[in-house]
Amino acid sequence: MKRRTLLKTSLAASLLASTGMLIPGRVMAAYPKTAFQNADATAALTEVFGSSDYAESGDIKIKAPEIAENGAVVPIQVTSSMSDIESISIILSNNPTPFAASFNLHGSIGFVSTRFKMAGTSDVLAIVKAGGKLHATKQEVKVTIGGCGG
Amino acid sequence: MRKLVYAIVIGLVTSLTGPVATASTPSEDLAAFQQFYVDRFPDTQKEDFIDGIYSIDPVSKETFDSIEEFAPYEIDIEKGEEMYNKPFANGSGYADCFAEPGVRHLYPHFDSKSGSIVTLEGAINACRKAAGEKPLKYKKGSMTAITAYMAYESRGNVFDIKIPDDSRALDHYNRGKRHFYQKRGQLNLACADCHMNYSGNNVRADRLSPALGHLTHFPVYRAKWGGLGTPHRRFGGCNEQVRAKSFPAQGDEYKALEYFLTYMSNGLVANGPATRK
Amino acid sequence: MAKKTKIRAKEKNGVVTVKSLMSHPMETGLRKNAKTGKKIPAHYIQEVTAKAGDKTVMEAYWGGAISKNPYLSFQYKGSKGDNLTISWIDNQGKSDTVTAKVK
Repeated sequence: MKRRTLLKTSLAASLLASTGMLIPGRVMAAYPKTAFQNADATAALTEVFGSSDYAESGDIKIKAPEIAENGAVVPIQVTSSMSDIESISIILSNNPTPFAASFNLHGSIGFVSTRFKMAGTSDVLAIVKAGGKLHATKQEVKVTIGGCGG
Repeated sequence: MRKLVYAIVIGLVTSLTGPVATASTPSEDLAAFQQFYVDRFPDTQKEDFIDGIYSIDPVSKETFDSIEEFAPYEIDIEKGEEMYNKPFANGSGYADCFAEPGVRHLYPHFDSKSGSIVTLEGAINACRKAAGEKPLKYKKGSMTAITAYMAYESRGNVFDIKIPDDSRALDHYNRGKRHFYQKRGQLNLACADCHMNYSGNNVRADRLSPALGHLTHFPVYRAKWGGLGTPHRRFGGCNEQVRAKSFPAQGDEYKALEYFLTYMSNGLVANGPATRK
Repeated sequence: MAKKTKIRAKEKNGVVTVKSLMSHPMETGLRKNAKTGKKIPAHYIQEVTAKAGDKTVMEAYWGGAISKNPYLSFQYKGSKGDNLTISWIDNQGKSDTVTAKVK
């Protein structure tokens, strides 16, 4: 998977992005309202984390059905055994507003599970913020059209 | 004479599909019906047909198991329990009408006094009417909260619907049987076409569920509905999906269909409520 | 009586696994009423906060993409007997709080 590097125009952001470091410490302090309303996944990530630059990680596991029987209820679980996990976020690339959920994990155990609405077949992108950096993995979930009118 | 000819012609044209002969007894029908599915799905144990499509489709079963682990209808069961235990304005309650909440497996049955089929939803509203309470709607809402609680308490009980030796009961049974095997709608499909002859096959990305076990798990929480629904709600949707006009919930047609179909699942256990897609 | 959040919380080897089920329509605001043609207003849980005693152990931020009657499971380091509180607040300002003891 390619390393994605979409930068916001501010100098500070580009400096931070080029050193691979994000603003350390704070978990998401407040509800990232505009991120949830953003039609652009990359822009939403930048709003929330200051950058959308992430490293592919094999230490993030997504458990989701290969084929979702009904896009209204798709169980998705994300686990990771990385240390210092601050948050786990989920992006559903084919949803009208892809930034779907974010979890601040104060207890630091990398495990979240919930049920999502998926508008169509798409990648599920799980983003883990750990040690001040973004790590991610993705998995495709097919959302099918039933034959009996759904 | 001409009318008779027409009647015969129409009778032949709308003839029944499916492997069941018209002159057989209900118990012969039952044996043939269940054997059909046992033969068609040799890898599925008969008692597992209560899980519908998930008993024959391992891919969707994973999602089903994940959702059933903490199912969305659990909140409705609690609400239903509260409603069941709350006295009516006149001091009586559901406990005066039902021996216990766990009676889902006893419905529907033939009532010889009235000559009609009594469904659980019908019995609930009859109970309310006798106490001077307003009836509940028959497809969704509070009705399904109560039936969810009652179904939950009935889990594990075996269905043993009776077709007594009474021509009225047989009429209802045969009416339901006719509905199941009769082609209808713009798509000209009978229930038996999809849920018997082509069960297990795909309709786009849907696998067609076997009719054996169809009625054991109601009320059903459908992801599509985002909530619970009664058997007649589902029947209505099915009729409309083949572009046929649906019948009124708790009318004679659907009561007959429910009677026939539940009888066909005799020997299976109640496992409602349950989630479906 | 209002439908309440259901919680199941079990501790094993110092890790508490919490499973919860909330009753909420989770309307995105994009759906139209089939009969009137008008858009159904957005109504979804935005924040879920979980506390063990006084300590916040998890915060979830949600948009309308979470399914109706949301399910949420997470884990934290804790003990049997912890007083676990789960609260949510939605975009219309409605909220709910439920407490359960970790088993």
